Amino acid sequence: MLIRKTADIRPSEITSETNYLNRRDFIRAGAIAGGSLIAASAGAAVIPDTRQAKLSGISKSPFSTDEAPNSFEDISTYNNFYEFGTGKADPFRNAQDFKPRPWTIEVSGFAEKTGTFDFDDFMKPFDLEERIYRMRCVEAWSMVIPWVGISLAEVVKYFRPTSKAKYVAFETLNDKEQMPGIRRRSLDWPYREGLTIEEATNPLSILAVGIYGNSIPNQNGAPIRLVTPWKYGFKGIKSIVKINFTSSRPRTSWNMAAANEYGFYANVNPEVSHPRWSQARERRIGAGLFADKQETLMFNGYGEQVAHLYKGLDLRRNF
Amino acid sequence: MNTLQQIRFIWKPFIFLLCLVPATMVVTDVFGLTGSLGANPVEAILDRFGNWGLRFIMITLAITPLRRMTGWNWLSRYRRMIGLFTFFYIAMHFTTWFVLDRDMLLSEVVEDLTKRPFILVGFTALLILTALAITSFTAIRRRMGRRWQILHNAVYIVGILGVWHYWWQVKKDITEPLIYAAVLATLLGARIIWRLARRRKQRRAALQAQVQS
Repeated sequence: MLIRKTADIRPSEITSETNYLNRRDFIRAGAIAGGSLIAASAGAAVIPDTRQAKLSGISKSPFSTDEAPNSFEDISTYNNFYEFGTGKADPFRNAQDFKPRPWTIEVSGFAEKTGTFDFDDFMKPFDLEERIYRMRCVEAWSMVIPWVGISLAEVVKYFRPTSKAKYVAFETLNDKEQMPGIRRRSLDWPYREGLTIEEATNPLSILAVGIYGNSIPNQNGAPIRLVTPWKYGFKGIKSIVKINFTSSRPRTSWNMAAANEYGFYANVNPEVSHPRWSQARERRIGAGLFADKQETLMFNGYGEQVAHLYKGLDLRRNF
Repeated sequence: MNTLQQIRFIWKPFIFLLCLVPATMVVTDVFGLTGSLGANPVEAILDRFGNWGLRFIMITLAITPLRRMTGWNWLSRYRRMIGLFTFFYIAMHFTTWFVLDRDMLLSEVVEDLTKRPFILVGFTALLILTALAITSFTAIRRRMGRRWQILHNAVYIVGILGVWHYWWQVKKDITEPLIYAAVLATLLGARIIWRLARRRKQRRAALQAQVQS
């Protein structure tokens, strides 16, 4: 007697190899999707662990400019990120295999809440906001970038700095396996930056985790970077692994490399030239070959929000 | 065809077109035909012409040592043309800077020349090159006599100013200026060594002549 077996399993029912291999991502994504449904309004910033993942629960900000943002291509292929090479196209080329997860951030120094936090836990207490900011590089070019980030003021508040905390110091990951530029001593690694506590708690300061509504590309500083739009771009330290509340002014990378060219404050200032070029005007990336440069604005046009921070300070000497 | 005709009608036009390739690539890249100039095309064009200018200085300066080492005397027939291409690329570098980067604002040019030494260094190199290009015609060369060679020795200064200009303007990573400096040092060093050797030989010959007489 012939017993006919029904066709085993249809191919379409079988989990594909890639899905099988990524099953943890799949489950996590599901859990996150579920979680964000509950917590969207409670302000749990969730950054999915996949490349260029769509971010949800982003609110708009009155600090955003209405200038047209640069194309994603411009923003993600023209970068200064010396850990991946000193050419503008190097970060895009060399950061593709960089792994921004798993990631931990060590919070230390004069604060009540310190420790090493997993990136997902670090993000949870905060709200995602879109901030479309002008970005002025010290090399006299500029862009408009639609960041997605969390308020640095909220982050500082969350860790409850003590009265001794006068500055916030940041450090970038220092991993020569993943960052080929580190094998060359173009800067004194790890990359270091810092802000006064007043600057860090200014409402303009953010820690960015996304661009154009998606998680931030590696070459732009994944998974988390600083953005202070009234300062030159090099202050915006990328791929942050350490946050330290200090009582004295932290050493900062470009200032260590050439103190006469790059100051600690690094506020955008058209009146104070770089020793080798003028800062009076800037080239807007994407404006085209024959577009004239445009006038650079004091504090990159954010004077209303930040000028008070520098009252009584000689900006020529404290550049 | 004899060798001279071959050089004149085949090789010279060929080398001429070859020297034009980098400039043509800039134009075709502007239109996205061969590649792209990236997010900052002005900077890309400026760098392209500047880099090729430096490379052409090195090629020009390499001709004489190469000829001495190999005995290929025909090399000297290309020296003027390659020297003039050096001038062409540096002039394009300057034009890009003046027209696209400084938007033809004379006030900015004056400010740069007076306040930023690396620009003055580059500009000086361009002025010297211009003088060399103008006096490169055979008729002028003949009329200048021995003074022509003295003037055209200034190409060594152009090499030094060019590398200096590049070195001074990079932000931090000096790898590339260092490579140019090493090549230039080799090319100029070879000349110094040869000159010293020749002087020694002359002295020895003079001494021998004295002993014999």
